[in-house]
Amino acid sequence: MTMSIIHRITGGALYFGTLLVAAWLMAAASSQGAFDWINWAFGTWLGRLVLFGYTWALMHHMLGGIRHFVWDTGAGLEKHTASKIAWATLVGSVVLTLLIWVAGYMARGAL
Amino acid sequence: MSGKSSNDMRTPMARVRGLGSSHEGTQHFWRQRLTALANIPLTLFFVGFLIALNGAGFAEVRAALANPFVALVMILFLISGLYHMRLGMQVIIEDYVISEGLKLLTIALSTFFTVAVGVASIFALLKLAFGG
Repeated sequence: MTMSIIHRITGGALYFGTLLVAAWLMAAASSQGAFDWINWAFGTWLGRLVLFGYTWALMHHMLGGIRHFVWDTGAGLEKHTASKIAWATLVGSVVLTLLIWVAGYMARGAL
Repeated sequence: MSGKSSNDMRTPMARVRGLGSSHEGTQHFWRQRLTALANIPLTLFFVGFLIALNGAGFAEVRAALANPFVALVMILFLISGLYHMRLGMQVIIEDYVISEGLKLLTIALSTFFTVAVGVASIFALLKLAFGG
């Protein structure tokens, strides 16, 4: 049940998060100055926190969506199975988010 | 619900169409699932692309986005993702906004938002792809 509302909340967050994607693409297509500014904004602590949250929302919503595909087949609806899948979704989303950020910092040569 | 029962108030045409009270049948549900499926590989590409580009400078990012394959997949990602999120937001609005007028207005605004984000993003990608 909790996972159902989280699926909505992450979906809503991703909805408004597309503004960040659009801003990044427009900055890259505009000028060095605009690109430097957006890079600076994304690099601040607040920027990184938002992007980290965005990554987690994306991963959680994706795994939650896969869970819905499993349910669409009629499988995994039994109470205890559903609870296990809910936990797997949560743990999986956190692990994937951390892996993505570790990979990102490695790509920068910061790790 | 199959066959004609004595208390079925639907007209023969409504039964044949099978679209129900929404007049859209399962179209909304189906498109949400279809875009969800497409979003999985497209999202993984997008995330991988951003990881690879992490720390890259202005010229490097522009060159990467101008690559035809990258531009193509990015445009697909934007269309599928934005379509999916508009459908999802519609469901959220329909569930929580009671007033019929406000419901229609917020769904319309959500559509405008989606189209604006999509057009701005795709325009930026095309600008980069077709020479800065």
